Amino acid sequence: MAARHIKTTINGDAVEFVCEADEALLDVLRDRLALTGAKEGCGTGDCGACSVMLDDRLVCSCLVLGMEAEGRKIETIEGMAQGGDLHPLQRKFLEHAALQCGICTPGFLIAAKALLERNPDPTETEVRFWLAGNLCRCTGYDKIVRAVMDAAAELKEARHAA
Amino acid sequence: MVQVRLGGTLQSYSGGRSSFEVEGATIGQILAGLGEACPRLKPLLEQGVAVAVDGEIYRGSLLHPVSPNAEVFILPKLAGG
Amino acid sequence: MPLDQSAKPNGFSKVGTRPLRPDGIDKVTGRARFGADMNAPGMLIGKVLRSPHAHARIRSIDASAAEALPGVKAVVTAADFADRQDEFRDVLVNIMARDKALYDGHAVAAVAATSTAIARKALALIKVDYEVLPHVIDVEAAMRPDAPILHETLVTKGVEPKPTKPSNIAARLEFGHGDVAAGFAQADVVIERQFRTEATHQGYIEPHACLASVGGDGQGELWVCTQGHFMVRDTCAALLGMDISKLRVTASEIGGGFGGKTTVFIEPVALALSRKAGRPVKLVMSRAEVFRASGPTSSTSIRVKMGIRKDGRITAGEAELKYQGGAFPGSAVEMGAMSAFACYDLENVHVVGYDVVTNRPKQAAYRAPGAPMSAFAVEGVVNELAERIGMDPIELRLKNAAKEGTRSAYGPTFGPIGLIETLKAIKSHPNAKKKLGPNQGRGVACGFWFNFGGQTSVSLNLNIDGTVALAVGTPDIGGSRASMCLMAAEELGIPYDRVRAVVADTSSLGFNDVTDGSRVTFASGLATIKAARDAVRKLCARAAAMWGIPEDAVVWEEGAARPAGPNAGSFPPLTLREIAAMAPKTGGPIAGHCEFNAENAGPSFASHLVDVEVDPETGRSTVLRYLIAQDAGKAVHPAYVEGQFQGGAAQGVGWALNEEYVYGADGRLQNPGFLDYRIPVASDLPMIDTVIVEVPNPGHPYGVRGVGETSIVPPLAAVANAVSHATGIRLTDLPMSPPKVLAAIEAQRMAKAAE
Repeated sequence: MAARHIKTTINGDAVEFVCEADEALLDVLRDRLALTGAKEGCGTGDCGACSVMLDDRLVCSCLVLGMEAEGRKIETIEGMAQGGDLHPLQRKFLEHAALQCGICTPGFLIAAKALLERNPDPTETEVRFWLAGNLCRCTGYDKIVRAVMDAAAELKEARHAA
Repeated sequence: MVQVRLGGTLQSYSGGRSSFEVEGATIGQILAGLGEACPRLKPLLEQGVAVAVDGEIYRGSLLHPVSPNAEVFILPKLAGG
Repeated sequence: MPLDQSAKPNGFSKVGTRPLRPDGIDKVTGRARFGADMNAPGMLIGKVLRSPHAHARIRSIDASAAEALPGVKAVVTAADFADRQDEFRDVLVNIMARDKALYDGHAVAAVAATSTAIARKALALIKVDYEVLPHVIDVEAAMRPDAPILHETLVTKGVEPKPTKPSNIAARLEFGHGDVAAGFAQADVVIERQFRTEATHQGYIEPHACLASVGGDGQGELWVCTQGHFMVRDTCAALLGMDISKLRVTASEIGGGFGGKTTVFIEPVALALSRKAGRPVKLVMSRAEVFRASGPTSSTSIRVKMGIRKDGRITAGEAELKYQGGAFPGSAVEMGAMSAFACYDLENVHVVGYDVVTNRPKQAAYRAPGAPMSAFAVEGVVNELAERIGMDPIELRLKNAAKEGTRSAYGPTFGPIGLIETLKAIKSHPNAKKKLGPNQGRGVACGFWFNFGGQTSVSLNLNIDGTVALAVGTPDIGGSRASMCLMAAEELGIPYDRVRAVVADTSSLGFNDVTDGSRVTFASGLATIKAARDAVRKLCARAAAMWGIPEDAVVWEEGAARPAGPNAGSFPPLTLREIAAMAPKTGGPIAGHCEFNAENAGPSFASHLVDVEVDPETGRSTVLRYLIAQDAGKAVHPAYVEGQFQGGAAQGVGWALNEEYVYGADGRLQNPGFLDYRIPVASDLPMIDTVIVEVPNPGHPYGVRGVGETSIVPPLAAVANAVSHATGIRLTDLPMSPPKVLAAIEAQRMAKAAE
């Protein structure tokens, strides 16, 4: 199959690129579009460091083909903050020291955001099982889980206040 | 004269002898003296060893002073991860 | 003027707080650039061809078809690296096989091409003629006289008379003091056990990655994720025959290291490819390559024998440690041997160790190298001793704990240390009193790590607006930049966010040893303090000159120069910002420096308490509660100290319950991926409780001790003791994966039924 011209939407912007049939979306993002926030930790869908949202669904971009982006909506870590305003999850990760080396952080943030959009009031167990697809080797997950639950609490407050 | 003990695993290279009396006022002089007293240890000492003086481990301070009644242990080169 | 190293008299105003880290925004927005995130114009993609055999002679390599493939710009083999017989020899052979492939995954050639697809095609076109040889994987098997020999020139060191036959036993080591035979004779109870641990990997989520660029003038640039870019520079310069000054290495952000990135694997290869192709080359390891061809830990076989009197006093400790470190000598058995009994005050101790080579990748450091395995064995026997004499395991440790003035098991006498404080902390914690249910068990273990200092250089420059540019040379693997800024801010008396810390490249600073040995907060921190105090002296001198009074009539307090007393003059204080603003006109830029060899890093002790539940139908162990108490000396940024405790414990849990290298009969690694090399995930662990104990290290003005490594030493034993308690079966083989635990439970059930 020859290379193709793909049209898609990334973080709200119309984006076009050319890619080969066997190129993963992860490689397209990183190597063709210079969006290096998604990371390759394993290339086989086991670590979650490449997590992105594809049509509002949490996916490992190493398991999605670049060509599958045609006509669809992609959200990456680069689009999580609104200009200079961090998303509450990003803020809470910093406040709780929920990152040490930071390589897994983009994947965790994307996954945690997907969780809170589906389940705004998760229990600790629900958080842990949802995030079981994201590997972290530095933190032991304690501060990550605390940060997610604290962000959930803050978002809940904001909704009640509104 | 300083009493120098071979700690850690260096006794294997000294034929089991664990203690030497050596002349020296700095770590470097003591290592040189030890190398003279026990030639089989010399290559290892030159490759690099750690020296514990009164309980503190030194890994590279040849010029560090050593008083005559200090507790001196020579240990293998140590590294972390 | 000697720098004053006295401790802060009035307490700290910034050190000990929890501000946001300076690299934080970059890391939560995807802006931070890691090893594989850098590109260059004209960049080629590098790929490595690796041996599919565990042991094979390389008769010939024919790369002509690969070189002829359009898009391929360079191919390298061992022929492109000059041979040498010095301390770099093993690294040289490890990064590119010479006459033999020594493990499944050993690099034999590499290509640089205009795309990944072409590079892969090129690898497939390289013809390697292998003569497959018998291989050996297991440590005990490698020690047998009939084992396949890896190196014809390797004879066992430390054996008298010097052997003539080659062996896979690289060294035999022995040490101890006292008389263990007499000690065992005095004991009321003697227990001897055999333990085995399998090789594990540090498991950093970021694979090794670098971007190398060598120009026609022989000047090289290297972007790399590493724990030590100065080490990378010096090693690569040596292997490539370059002057050190010609190579500039920049450390990217690093996605985990834990010791596995304290050496080189692909970096010299990338540089060689770039030099040959005349273009930049990006080389990134795949996850499978990381497992097969970077540096896992040793697998071990350990025998421990200990004796105890009924009153709880341990009378003797003996251990025999067999560690295999992969295809080259250097398995960390020495440090395992030295740390094995370090937590105890023993009159009689004797340890023998064997450093063995096998057809596996060359081991690299993994957080307290060598210590977790020997602690697993010793702490297991200590717990069994406690059970046998009917004493609480924490009480037993308190009764025999090393403290200030104890002659350590490895020789030197300890200064002030915090082991007893950590034991008391877990003893009095609510976790220790929680009731256990059916199939649940509790385990305790202690751990120790030496901690190191090392060569360190820091440069602290004052900007004209009164902010501070702090350049350190130790890559930040855990959030250390925040601690550096805290210490600089504390010394200078300015707000934390007025200091920006960067990790400078190798051309911008004096030498720095690698980020390892739990040394950064201690050594780079100490250098930062010294550099800040150096800057303060210069600021005072500048103020004195501006006021026309002697230098020693000026003091620095709360961020400003002040006259030392009413006799010195009644000048209003000059803040750092004011002095810096005038600097161009009063003598030029003001900076503080420190280049030194940090020594006197104090050891860090820890105690862990774990509760697990074992499912008798599946053998699966669930960690219910995990408590860590560890001595940090002085916690500069407590949240990151807690993070180190928790991270090390999580790795230890994985090592104890699931992680292992699985080899086939063909000597090939069967599980080089995160699916089958199962590290703990979020649903495997509970919240991890931490207690920071602070027994100041007299070698540091704030009392700082390194904390990063000790945390991985107790968990193997703590979890094993808990599982043993829960099942009533002493498990001595790691990992205690469900199939193994289940088999042990069934065997016990059958044995009971037979009674």
